[in-house]
Amino acid sequence: MGETMFDKIWDGHVVHREPGQADLIYVDLHLVHEVTSPQAFEGLRMNGRTVRRPDLTIATVDHNVPTTDRTLPIEDPISKKQIDTLSDNVEEFGIPYYGMHSKGQGIVHVIGPEQGYTQPGKVIVCGDSHTSTHGAFGAVAMAIGTSQVEHVLATQTLVMPKMKTMEIRVNNQLPVGVTAKDLILGIIGKIGVNGGVGYAIEFTGEAIRSLSMAGRMTVCNMTIEGGSRVGMIAPDETTFEWMRGRPNVPEGAEFEAIVEEWKDLVTDEDAVYDKVIEIDATELTPYVTWGTNPGMVVPVTDNVPDPSSFATELEQESATRALAYMGLEPGVAMKDILIDRVFIGSCTNSRIEDLRNAAAVIKGRRVSPAVQAMVVPGSFVVKMQAESEGIDKTFEEAGFEWREAGCSMCLGMNPDTLSPQERCASTSNRNFEGRQGKEGRTHLVSPEMAAAAAIEGHFVDIRDWK
Amino acid sequence: MEPFKTMTAKVAPMNRVNVDTDAIVPARYLKRIERTGWGEFLFYDWAHNSDGKLNGDFVLNKPEYKDAKIMVVGENFGSGSSREHAVWAIAQAGYRALVTSSLADIFHNNCFENGVVPVLVDEDTLNMIMENTETIPGYELTVDLESGEIYDSEGLQAHIGVDKEPEEKDISSSDQQGAGIYSEFVVHRDNEAHQFRSYTLQKGLDEIGRTLQQEDKIDEFETKVRGDLK
Ligand code: SF4
Repeated sequence: MGETMFDKIWDGHVVHREPGQADLIYVDLHLVHEVTSPQAFEGLRMNGRTVRRPDLTIATVDHNVPTTDRTLPIEDPISKKQIDTLSDNVEEFGIPYYGMHSKGQGIVHVIGPEQGYTQPGKVIVCGDSHTSTHGAFGAVAMAIGTSQVEHVLATQTLVMPKMKTMEIRVNNQLPVGVTAKDLILGIIGKIGVNGGVGYAIEFTGEAIRSLSMAGRMTVCNMTIEGGSRVGMIAPDETTFEWMRGRPNVPEGAEFEAIVEEWKDLVTDEDAVYDKVIEIDATELTPYVTWGTNPGMVVPVTDNVPDPSSFATELEQESATRALAYMGLEPGVAMKDILIDRVFIGSCTNSRIEDLRNAAAVIKGRRVSPAVQAMVVPGSFVVKMQAESEGIDKTFEEAGFEWREAGCSMCLGMNPDTLSPQERCASTSNRNFEGRQGKEGRTHLVSPEMAAAAAIEGHFVDIRDWK
Repeated sequence: MEPFKTMTAKVAPMNRVNVDTDAIVPARYLKRIERTGWGEFLFYDWAHNSDGKLNGDFVLNKPEYKDAKIMVVGENFGSGSSREHAVWAIAQAGYRALVTSSLADIFHNNCFENGVVPVLVDEDTLNMIMENTETIPGYELTVDLESGEIYDSEGLQAHIGVDKEPEEKDISSSDQQGAGIYSEFVVHRDNEAHQFRSYTLQKGLDEIGRTLQQEDKIDEFETKVRGDLK
């Protein structure tokens, strides 16, 4: 029987296996950021240990960094200390570092692929749940906790039970106006926020094959919102073309040779997944979340659901609580919901393609006077590219703020936060209570939908918006 | 990490499903670089009113649950962000076990790393325990990892683990530390590998130390497979 791509990569990284026990697997790339690493480095020091492979580790600062003028000192002393702690740690242990003033700085899941570290066939880990993003290249990429960060630093391995496999096959092509973001929101709406727990998901099918790398990264990024810590897409010509010529990627004949190896990674035709889900792309629409987790989502043409329409008492209670938090009444049309803020950014939707798509929608228009809108590029490189294309001007002329790269209002660890009760159309990945700021209200949408909402001051159906 | 064998303690209820780690510790408190001092941030925005004062209505603030060491929680607890800070907060607020029917993957892992015992039970058992916790004053549970059971004085008794009948297994042959019997108490879905983690929890072993005992195998992998042993 054939093997899935996940099986091939995982089994090729087993350092030690004993029946009935978790595998010891080798890690090819360890990404590190400032929030989930200080305690791990401290643990190393306390136990007199060191970093086994600093050359397979890279670090950046993204969660805390200000997105405003970086020549000014960081105001929050605790943020500053966390950032300084990482720069001290990378210096002590000799880890390559994309610091706050580096030309490679950015959100860890944007810069990994951009700098060519993310490659097919690798096992990639990071103390961050959206590590699944890197699976878009045909890698096994997964989130780990801080104790495991310490374990990987010390041993370059991870003790981890092998997951089961799930195929999510997306047949046919996405309709016009329906994006990769809508695709993954639609999938989460279907399988639920815990539908993927215990599984490594491989996305296949015509709609997936047609996605750009940015779109594939958006899909894999949000796999974790469906409960699965691994999401992956087989590498193909789209992948190879995207990678060609990047730093840290082999060149010339060496590149052609490695591409041949990468082609062998794909799932064998006779391989069997533990579970298969099929989705018809033509049934998908632009989506907007109405509640406090990404599974609480409806087509933009729908209304806010009535809690009594849910099957179980627990679901009804969650819906009631979510609506109270979101300040919404059942039955209100999603398109009638007025917004105060728009955030275009985060590791889900802050790549150059995302910014181009959003900019195309708003070109020559003005942000509604009731809305405060901002764009936060995913990395310094994305920002420079956008500026060279004049995208920054398109946004600024429309009334958007144009910021420096980082996580920003995706989680509000830096000064970019929602105020209590403020309502935001956001291209990020989590609409949890308080995620973008205490008592803030988040609606997840695609970059195009966020941009159009900024102009109108409420959600619109991008498919018929003129 | 302290070994965990058996414990009888008061239970506190968190009767919500899909509780995410942003709720367990809000992001704005993640800036601290220490591993201790997280207990006070547990469920911060639920435990406090908008003015920052303690919210007396929040269930875990109620005097009857003050000295609970076990929390019974709704399914898919710990979803979202991988922040281990969430488990640190739970552990440092004094909880040593979480009883539920399912935990989010990364959070589940983080529990093992910090001696917080994830006690998975079937849905009916969970509902019964939730109800007992909410209705019986001073309700206590016993979590016994050696027998792989959970029980109370009301007559409830259940095997720990879901989707699978527990059985005892002798793994002494494959066990470098020379331990004897352990039980399948934390079967995660049907993923048997979590047995290994249950064993680590009972023994309180340092996982990094354990892996470093296998350094020769890592060297070998780097030599033979990667060809880049440093
Ligand atoms: S952008 Fe948001 S989701 Fe992505 S790494 Fe940063 S905080 Fe996490």
